[in-house]
Amino acid sequence: MTLAEADSPSHDPHDTTVPSGARPLLTVEHLTMRFGGLVAVNDVSFAAGDAEITAIIGPNGAGKTTLFNCLTGFYKPTVGRLTLDSSGRQHFLERMDDFRIAQKAHVGRTFQNIRLFPAMSVLENLMVAQHNALMVASGYSVFGLLGIGGYRKAEHEAVDYARYWLEQVNLIDRADDNAGDLPYGAQRRLEIARAMCSRPVLLCLDEPAAGLNPRESAELNALLLYIKEKHQIGLLLIEHDMSVVMEISDHIVVLDYGRKISDGTPSFVRGDPTVIRAYLGEEEDDEIPPEVAADLAAEADSGNDGEGR
Amino acid sequence: MAVEADKPGWAANVDLPALLKEAGLAALVMFGLAISIIGIRTVTITGGLGLEYRWDWVAFSVAVVFAGRFLLALRRETRSPAKRAEREVVMDRIGASVQKAAKVAGPLFIVIAIALPWMPFSNRYIVDIATLVLMYIMLGWGLNIVVGLAGLLDLGYVAFYAVGAYSYALIAVHFDLSFWICLPLAGLFAATFGVILGFPVLRLRGDYLAIVTLGFGEIIRVVLLNWYEFTRGPDGISGIPRPSFFGLPFSRRVQEGEQSFHTFFGLDFSSMHRIMFLYYLILVLALITNFFTLRIRKLPVGRAWEALREDEIACRSLGINPTNTKLTAFAIGAMFGGFAGSFFATRQGFISPESFTFVESAVILAIVVLGGMGSQIGVVIAAVLLIGGTELFRELEQFRMLAFGGAMVLIMVWRPRGLLSHRDPTLRLNDTPKGGTS
Repeated sequence: MTLAEADSPSHDPHDTTVPSGARPLLTVEHLTMRFGGLVAVNDVSFAAGDAEITAIIGPNGAGKTTLFNCLTGFYKPTVGRLTLDSSGRQHFLERMDDFRIAQKAHVGRTFQNIRLFPAMSVLENLMVAQHNALMVASGYSVFGLLGIGGYRKAEHEAVDYARYWLEQVNLIDRADDNAGDLPYGAQRRLEIARAMCSRPVLLCLDEPAAGLNPRESAELNALLLYIKEKHQIGLLLIEHDMSVVMEISDHIVVLDYGRKISDGTPSFVRGDPTVIRAYLGEEEDDEIPPEVAADLAAEADSGNDGEGR
Repeated sequence: MAVEADKPGWAANVDLPALLKEAGLAALVMFGLAISIIGIRTVTITGGLGLEYRWDWVAFSVAVVFAGRFLLALRRETRSPAKRAEREVVMDRIGASVQKAAKVAGPLFIVIAIALPWMPFSNRYIVDIATLVLMYIMLGWGLNIVVGLAGLLDLGYVAFYAVGAYSYALIAVHFDLSFWICLPLAGLFAATFGVILGFPVLRLRGDYLAIVTLGFGEIIRVVLLNWYEFTRGPDGISGIPRPSFFGLPFSRRVQEGEQSFHTFFGLDFSSMHRIMFLYYLILVLALITNFFTLRIRKLPVGRAWEALREDEIACRSLGINPTNTKLTAFAIGAMFGGFAGSFFATRQGFISPESFTFVESAVILAIVVLGGMGSQIGVVIAAVLLIGGTELFRELEQFRMLAFGGAMVLIMVWRPRGLLSHRDPTLRLNDTPKGGTS
């Protein structure tokens, strides 16, 4: 597996500059995640630019979701440094608890299998996302209970912000319905809106286009571009749908068997022979016999299909 | 069992032998149970214990089970699943309309509750039962915070009730403080115990949590039973001071230079004064619990509880601290349990570990589950049914627990989410009916 380094001569695998030259928002250095004997993510380094869409792609079991779970604190990485550099403050994500990453470093995320609060209304889902700000406004519930202080005003503002996002994801008419009653595509959009309501500086999306039809997929592209342009935040995206990836990403990182095999602009990655080989298989004399490769893939698959439960 | 009735026209399509076989099996099980439980009874005869055989009772119970099971199976076979779904919808609509009606009826209920002791038909017995029911309503509302809102299945709620009662009793007896100082202290102690229980069980959910909380409830009871120097063990604590009306005791005899309730207000002494005072006291405490819950549901922490019940991982991804949020739920639920406990202590004047067995926890949980988790009015209805009902049928003592169990099974079969399990959003965006409490 030293092929990767050999075949992308223009890129040192541990070079953490953003191809477009943008300021790096998130820097991942030497990230390794082991589960017992299985190395799900192996010494991966890359950087994601501020106000850019960075896509992480790779075949099934390449370690994409594991990487995400490390970033958002659901797993503690075995080795590596994850630095989030927002508005002059550096957060070392590998040292923080999952909820502190969302609370202090403002990293938002969505899940591969949607995780809404199904028995709560759509609006309530978005209000829960603004929990920490509202908690302070309600004087940690003390003033809120007594009905003094600025809680009412803060709640109004929170509702207004939720309304803004409901309009963006086109769910304003269903605001008072239970989130669990929404159709699948709407649930996906609601999850993005909910993550945005927590005002992240980096939004991690785990396969947002999975299960969407082409029209919904196009709408998702527009939404993600809108988020990037209007809110100037970084987006990190795991995606299998190449139409989404190639169209909207500014930067693509390709993983295979837990290693980074390519890193660059969409046009560079599209032409990279290592990537083509990883996706379509090698033509002649594999160093790994196919059955061993299949076993490895299956093993890696079972290792990181979970959502960090 | 798995034959679902997707066939139209019922009588012809029912597999009669299968139904009979099913009913026969149930009857056989009943027969096995009934021989020892119903068929043989110990009676005292001269010179010791003798046995009395009641085979007619056995035959009767087996026949009842056979017929019941047969009818149930027949009904299941002939009823389409669509109808069941329809019934769910109808019941949900009923739940919603009751919830809506509760907005109007809530104040009405409060007025009725206030007027109850003054009604012509009311007597000491009725006020006593009403006090008991209100105590369980308060406990139900307290537990509803933990189970209904935060979704943490707590089988040891009675522990906090016990902590509240014992804190009140010990503080009042040893330090001679008044009820109004002891009450918040008891709540505080119970809340502390809530946090103590909360810490080790933070990672547990569902059944595992239920088992640990059950154990916790037992631990508290066993400690109370065995720490003789501190709690006087099985002897209990007696002579707990009765509450006073802002310093005016409800005693017949008044010490020189002091006043009691009836002399101060120029009334004749009546033991009903204290009973009524206790009734209003628990009414106020219960209403405080209710308004607190209704209010906190609309605050961020209340929404976070519900969100935590729905999906903890999503909560973490949104920056909600699950530890603090769960601990607040445990602490606040425990605090109300503690308040109820200190009320219990002052009402009884005597407490012992016997009052805090697992059955109490089960009854409180049954009230919450039966009423529909998270439904405030449901708790009221369930408490009136369970506590008031069992008190009313006290003459049929032997069958009380049977009816109780039967009702629970019926509810679980018929409406597993509880009588009134309808949830209204805490706030609305469109068609905003603002400012509705209760």
